[in-house]
Amino acid sequence: MILKILKRVVSYLLVLLGLSVFVFILVRVMPGDTARLALGPRAPEETVQALRREMHLDKSIPVQYYYWLKGILQGDLGTSVISKRPITEDIAFYLPATVELALLSAIFMATFGILLGVTATKYSEKWPDAIIRVLSYLGIVAPAFLWAVLAMLLFAYLIPILPVSGRISAGIAPPVTRTGLYIVDYLLQGNFAGAWDAFRHLVMPAIVLSFGGISQSARICRASMVSNMEKPYAAAERAYGIPENKILYKYLLKPSLNSFISVTALDIAMLFGGAYLVESIFNYPGLSRYGLTAMLNKDVFAVSAVMLVDGVIVIGFNLVTDIIISFLDPRIRYSSST
Amino acid sequence: METHIKEQDNRVVDVKNLFISFRTFKGYTKVLNGVNLHVRRKEKIAIVGETGCGKTTTVYAIAQILAKQARVDGGEIFFKGRDSLRMNEKELKQLRASGISVIFQDPIASLNPVFTIGDQMAEVIRYSGIEGARDPRVQRERTVAALRETSLPDPERLMENYPFQLSGGMRQRICIAMSLATPRDLVIADEPTTNLDVTIQDQVLKILRQRVEEKQSALILITHSLGVAREVADRIYVMYAGNMVETAGAEELFRECLHPYSRGLMSCIPKLSGGGIASGIPGHLPSYYAPPPGCRFEPRCPHAMPRCKQAMPPMYEAAPGHCVACYLYERGTSA
Repeated sequence: MILKILKRVVSYLLVLLGLSVFVFILVRVMPGDTARLALGPRAPEETVQALRREMHLDKSIPVQYYYWLKGILQGDLGTSVISKRPITEDIAFYLPATVELALLSAIFMATFGILLGVTATKYSEKWPDAIIRVLSYLGIVAPAFLWAVLAMLLFAYLIPILPVSGRISAGIAPPVTRTGLYIVDYLLQGNFAGAWDAFRHLVMPAIVLSFGGISQSARICRASMVSNMEKPYAAAERAYGIPENKILYKYLLKPSLNSFISVTALDIAMLFGGAYLVESIFNYPGLSRYGLTAMLNKDVFAVSAVMLVDGVIVIGFNLVTDIIISFLDPRIRYSSST
Repeated sequence: METHIKEQDNRVVDVKNLFISFRTFKGYTKVLNGVNLHVRRKEKIAIVGETGCGKTTTVYAIAQILAKQARVDGGEIFFKGRDSLRMNEKELKQLRASGISVIFQDPIASLNPVFTIGDQMAEVIRYSGIEGARDPRVQRERTVAALRETSLPDPERLMENYPFQLSGGMRQRICIAMSLATPRDLVIADEPTTNLDVTIQDQVLKILRQRVEEKQSALILITHSLGVAREVADRIYVMYAGNMVETAGAEELFRECLHPYSRGLMSCIPKLSGGGIASGIPGHLPSYYAPPPGCRFEPRCPHAMPRCKQAMPPMYEAAPGHCVACYLYERGTSA
């Protein structure tokens, strides 16, 4: 088992290396002159040339890649030409915000995905199933930013109960940074009002972000549960008088979780890098919004760094998924092949 | 008359004139066409018939595990004198907990793949309503005992195993052990050996018969093999296209079977004494969407008469305990 995980880790490291090459080249071939964009149109040519040299942009791409990779291995992701700060510092500031948002979304996704999926299974082909089906198709076909605007209209304008932007209200001091997750940091300080304020800021974007994922996971959960319901073991469990809800939530859910977890974990991983629009709409200082700004300004090092961080997160989620699934399914846990 | 009443009282299951249809895309299929069947206490019966004749539907109805698409159009199913089609939740719970257990055809799919054997058996015992059912120690003792009684080696280790780590024969024996881990009035075995190696079919059948006898349960065995039925059952029902067409004691049926369909089935058993390859029965099962209005075997029957097309023949008692649903055996008509 441990050997299998180690094998996975090695193969994922190779994937990361490949990703770094891909990201690097992709960013360099984008049109636009980084140094010129950074310094503005009125900067003298010599200054621009100097910056180019400093960033090794005057060298060939393989040489640039060498300098870049060397920097990464030493923990240096370069300096952002926009914020003028080391990118590691920028990421340390923006990533926790995104993690906090994505975690809350993930909790919504897993909880409501399972609840709706099981309910749809329990009442399959009856009206609760039909309602859940319509809702999930809506969640899949309509993009998150549409829900963002609708949610803002509903909960911030018509019934003003939730704030529309930022991480905390103006006039409230941010917490002392320990984990970077505001809710956790406030709680560690014992500042419950602060934690509540941070939660209120988080809840609308988190729900909006989780909508598509909930829809997908509920569909997947229902599909595999309904197909497992046809298996003789389900009939046997019913025939032995095991209560219906126990059969659903224990004996049918567990063998049906494999595809649910794979899909949901990917959906969650996507939140870290794919929440550009929602983070922008809610003016939420997350990594996606930082990446978007960097891209628009052709901040090469920042863009590469964000993509690399996203890659690490997606791969990390894959690894965690593999481990969770093998714990749930003995057939995978005990199989010798990978 | 008195013996008749006593016999009635001894019936664990008494199915009366049961009609069941299934909803499909094309409409309703009328599968069960007035099934009558009974099982007495400690009696072992077999239902024999070809695939698709309604054997499984009949026993699923008895065990109350019919699929959602099924609709009971008429009839009654008495379990220990109570109509199980009209039972309330509490009575149904009782029926499932200690009344009936089911062994399925496919031992691979009838155990949950992601729980250990021990967990699954403990759960069955937990809801069986026996004394101390909720005590994990009792559950464990019962499980070990049940596995040992089914001549499974090393029960303690077996309990830690997952189904996929065991062979088909072992899994089916575990299903037998599970079905008899706590007392049951009736065990239903739905083609329990069909998916097993020929070499272990016999062994599994023997264990099933022994266990049912030891625990004094009644047994309904479903099979498409008359040979298997004879080996296990006291009494045999022959089923064709949703009807019981003949019933008799096992030996009696093998001495003389009456219904043209049973005769056809019998001729399908290969004989060691030679006689060439079995002839089989020409034709196939009728469509359940629009079944023949009279006897459902009429289109394939070598003895068909005009009246067979009009109405399903009732059961005639040709000899004591030997009933057959065929106009050939109507009183006064010679066969």
